[in-house]
Amino acid sequence: MFELLGIPPQALFGQVLLGLINGSFYAILSLGLAVIFGLLNIINFTHGAQYMMGAFVAWMCLNYFGINYWAALLLAPIVVGATGIAIERLLLKRIAHVDHLYGLLLTFGLALIIQGLFRNQYGSSGLAYQIPAELRGGQNLGFMFLPYYRGWVVVASLVVCLATWFLIEKTRLGAYLRAATENPTLTQAFGINVPLLVTLTYGFGVALAAFAGVLAAPIYSVNPNMGADLIIVVFAVVVIGGMGSILGAIVTGFSLGLIEGLTKVFYPEASATVIFIIMVLVLLVKPAGLFGRAA
Amino acid sequence: MANITLDDAPAGGIALAETSRGTERLHRAVFIGLGILLVIAPFVVYPVFVMKVLCFALFALAFNLLLGYGGLLSFGHAAYFGMAAYVSAYAAKVWGFPPEFAILSGMLVAGVLGLVFGALAIRRQGIYFAMITLALAQMVFFFSLQTPKFTGGEDGIQAVPRGYLFGLFNLGDDRTLYWLVAAIFMAGLLLIYRIIHSPFGQVCKAIRDNEPRAISLGYRANQYKLAVFVLSATLAGLAGATKAIVFQLASLTDVHWSMSGEVVLMTLVGGLGTVFGPIVGALVIVSMQNYLAGLGSWVLVIQGVIFVICVMLFREGIVGLIAKKIGKPL
Repeated sequence: MFELLGIPPQALFGQVLLGLINGSFYAILSLGLAVIFGLLNIINFTHGAQYMMGAFVAWMCLNYFGINYWAALLLAPIVVGATGIAIERLLLKRIAHVDHLYGLLLTFGLALIIQGLFRNQYGSSGLAYQIPAELRGGQNLGFMFLPYYRGWVVVASLVVCLATWFLIEKTRLGAYLRAATENPTLTQAFGINVPLLVTLTYGFGVALAAFAGVLAAPIYSVNPNMGADLIIVVFAVVVIGGMGSILGAIVTGFSLGLIEGLTKVFYPEASATVIFIIMVLVLLVKPAGLFGRAA
Repeated sequence: MANITLDDAPAGGIALAETSRGTERLHRAVFIGLGILLVIAPFVVYPVFVMKVLCFALFALAFNLLLGYGGLLSFGHAAYFGMAAYVSAYAAKVWGFPPEFAILSGMLVAGVLGLVFGALAIRRQGIYFAMITLALAQMVFFFSLQTPKFTGGEDGIQAVPRGYLFGLFNLGDDRTLYWLVAAIFMAGLLLIYRIIHSPFGQVCKAIRDNEPRAISLGYRANQYKLAVFVLSATLAGLAGATKAIVFQLASLTDVHWSMSGEVVLMTLVGGLGTVFGPIVGALVIVSMQNYLAGLGSWVLVIQGVIFVICVMLFREGIVGLIAKKIGKPL
């Protein structure tokens, strides 16, 4: 076995893979935040809780209704997205006219409610979710062991991210969305139902978070607190990347996950803070963010 | 960012000369009433509870100085509160500092931290500002988690000696300590009141309401923002350091993001951008936590519900609503 800078390759590539997985969650979550921010001008603090809800819906599907992973992968985003649509229609819509910081406070309150309710019901120790039978086991690639499920998470996230990019940048619906982001009043004047678009966008962003939650369920245990700390890291990712560009959010998400994974190998003490440190550096060098437009 | 309080502020800061004299008289009356309450309180209510309210009220006042008058929503104020608590607890326990110096050193560290974080955060506006302050505060949390030699890790710094104030007054006695905490609170409140009503405070409000215009008038907006940020962080540090001495404890709870959320909630309940609102908000939230402590996670749910209700129906807050009713800013 060869060694790389004194680190056995098994450990190195294992962490790189774990970093890529975290990176795919960062990418999907920051993508959802960016899409929502573009149209609603609010930062969705509930995003972490909705990611957690996605994992829990998958768990409930399996344990209460016997619905398997693959169906849950489709069902959980729909269910959680529907709750998102309800939140937008019932609450967010009514405060769209006041300062957008109230949107942040409202979604923060919602996150507390959701996390508190799940913690009451399921405790905070975490529930196990089995890897689906089709993806158990793995492949020895010579330099590392690749568990199939982990490979699947990275591929699935990449596909979803690129599909979202395609939807927004290359389709007619995406063109409406971009038009409404630039100028909602004018877009509405052209006969496009902007309020509906806003509702669907919020639902879509939330569904993305829930999708990431289902992907995460077999890797991390299903836990009411799983989204709370993650969302703060995702905020830092969003600050680093800037919310102006879809591809930017994807690239930033994956690369920061990778950097975090490498930090875990070479300097584990800093692995929890490395993303925040990068955020500080980016703020010093390029305050608008790597892909952001100057405010 | 600019108009967080514009829609909801009771008087929008446009007080005419004659009403402003009436307002001054009203504020003086409120201050005197507050002073009397502070004197009576320890004889009626358990003093440690009152001290807890006062520490959090000062914390909320400091936060409101930044949000209500600087227009800057910091979602990471726990960093200054908690770090000051750690420093003063450490100074009092390990270095054997007397309480006055322990509190001062906590305050100083919070101020320096505020200077560094503030300088970074004001590089971005609005929603980004909130996210940056939150992320930086999370960094402080991880730092506290990973340096158990300094912070005591999960246990925190326990059994902090209260010591003798100026070497004379034994703060081990709750009553004696109470007068110190009441004095610190009152001094903090008066300082904040003075800042708000000084020319500096007026410029901050101008920047809050219309930053490009303030800049075009020749004000260096970023310097004002940074100054108000440092002031707010320092005062939050004063609150945290005092809290550490009162409860003889500094722990991870003090630096956790939920603490940042709590101070936002207190300010929101009491009334954003009102002078006295945060005090009422702190009283409401601390009492609520006291009475509902046995409910565990439900406290989280109830706090969330209060957040939602406040944002949806009650954006003026309690004091803001009273101010609206009597037509004078409070």
